[in-house]
Amino acid sequence: MTVKQISVFLENKPGRLAELTEVLSRNNIDMRALSLAEAADFGIVRLIVDDVYGASTVLKDADYIISISRVLALEIPDEPGALGRAITVLGENDINVEYMYAFTTRKKGVAFMIFRVEDNQRAIEVLKGSGIRPVCQEELMSL
Amino acid sequence: MERYYQPEIECASREQIRKWQSERLVKQVQNVWDNVPMYRKKMEEAGLEPGDIRSADDLHKLPFVTKDDLRDVYPYGLLARPLKDCVRIQSTSGTTGRRVVAFYTQHDIDLWEDCCARAIVAAGGTEEDVCHVSYGYGLFTGGAGLNGGSHKVGCLTLPMSSGNTDRQIQFMTDLGSTILCCTPSYAAYLAESINERGVRDQIRLKAGIFGAEAWTEEMRHDIEEKLGIKAYDIYGLTEISGPGVSFECSAQSGMHVNEDHFIPEIINPKTGEVLPYGEKGELVFTCITKEAFPLMRYRTRDICILTEEKCSCGRTHVKMCKPLGRSDDMLIVKGVNVFPSQIETVLMNKGYAANYQIIVDRVNNSDTIEVQVEMTPEMFSDSLSIVSAKEKELVGALKAMLGIYAKVKLVNPKSITRSEGKAVRVIDKRNLYKQ
Repeated sequence: MTVKQISVFLENKPGRLAELTEVLSRNNIDMRALSLAEAADFGIVRLIVDDVYGASTVLKDADYIISISRVLALEIPDEPGALGRAITVLGENDINVEYMYAFTTRKKGVAFMIFRVEDNQRAIEVLKGSGIRPVCQEELMSL
Repeated sequence: MERYYQPEIECASREQIRKWQSERLVKQVQNVWDNVPMYRKKMEEAGLEPGDIRSADDLHKLPFVTKDDLRDVYPYGLLARPLKDCVRIQSTSGTTGRRVVAFYTQHDIDLWEDCCARAIVAAGGTEEDVCHVSYGYGLFTGGAGLNGGSHKVGCLTLPMSSGNTDRQIQFMTDLGSTILCCTPSYAAYLAESINERGVRDQIRLKAGIFGAEAWTEEMRHDIEEKLGIKAYDIYGLTEISGPGVSFECSAQSGMHVNEDHFIPEIINPKTGEVLPYGEKGELVFTCITKEAFPLMRYRTRDICILTEEKCSCGRTHVKMCKPLGRSDDMLIVKGVNVFPSQIETVLMNKGYAANYQIIVDRVNNSDTIEVQVEMTPEMFSDSLSIVSAKEKELVGALKAMLGIYAKVKLVNPKSITRSEGKAVRVIDKRNLYKQ
């Protein structure tokens, strides 16, 4: 019930991000979501893609340094308070959220958020019955 | 009117100097043969014994000592006196993790301080002067040397050490410093700071004694103009004693080597052949009066020319020009010796690839150093805080190794410039050596 996320090391230099997206598009890798976290001199680009294996290979061949981690993709009803509910449930159960970012799909009435938490299994457990459901890799790709 | 600290030595005839050199060299060779097994072995391997060295003319027969030798026998391997006779160490960077440790008996300290005193008097210093010493104090020889020299001359000595510019300027104005001793880049920086604060008319400086790093004639004129002083060069290295191995006089055209203590030679760095005066080559020194740590034919890696032309100041000791470059890859950044191999050692210890590039520059008269390091899969993870912490850790490890702060920039693999397939390790944008 988790999805794979590719993290890419990026020097903080003009053109580096453009190069990265160009490499992906040239190889027909479809990005579903992208988030950029920055430090003073470098950044980490986080990608959700359809073809994780294909994207990893393409990036490594182009000499990028990557890392793959498992994150949660949560389907959240598109109504006020819904996101708050998810965060509250996690907080009440002492599950630390490291970061999150949104991504879009064609599905109506719901929003999707990628959550990085310190304990995926526990998070999935406590979210049961909250109306917030984690989506798995296959379902995500079909959205 | 020219003044000398030890006129009977500084203006001695060439014959007298040669006589001292021969007598002292013979004694020193015996001393080293008896007390330094490592050098005795070198002599034996060269088929030499003390009797083969009968005068300074035989100096060229003796084996060299290099920085690598010092590293190999760290720390006591070149000590010629028992530790109980030693009263101090001073230290400087080694080529990798091992520092160079120089030992001194009280006698060695005295002769070193005499050399620095000669430099101060040559710059016009007397007991009436206030000597402002902004070289680093501690293990570094700069502060210790000029401090001792200043005492010998009888100046009021201000042991300022480096940094804290506000305090430097405050004391300079409040206590009327007349002679400034620091690195040339710090002198330029102080000059700017003084002008910025508008206190130039409160400064009583008349002379400066600048060294520990290379500086050009342009920089000299810049400092002289900005501070309204005469700026004198001084040269030395920890392995030989510290500053004061040679010093500039009123002629400001080369530095007199204290030949009664250190015999200079110029050699072809590739063949080791001794070159005549006037030719460019690597500077080598032999310590003929030091007791605890007397290095014989020590290769400095500085490229230089020696000249025995008569000097208008009246001193008869041979002159060396400002170093023209290095025969190795050592850099001097903020007055501190930096070897690329040290940086390599740190990177490998921390698990990075030994693929790096060092970029040195000078911004606002201050040296900057940046180490570009290739990111590796092992070092990378999704956590920004962990990767940032690793970068900080590397900065800390470099500071511990080098003694100065070096900025670290993590870069993509293959982004470090390669020229004809070989990575360019050092880019020095400062243009310090006049070609």
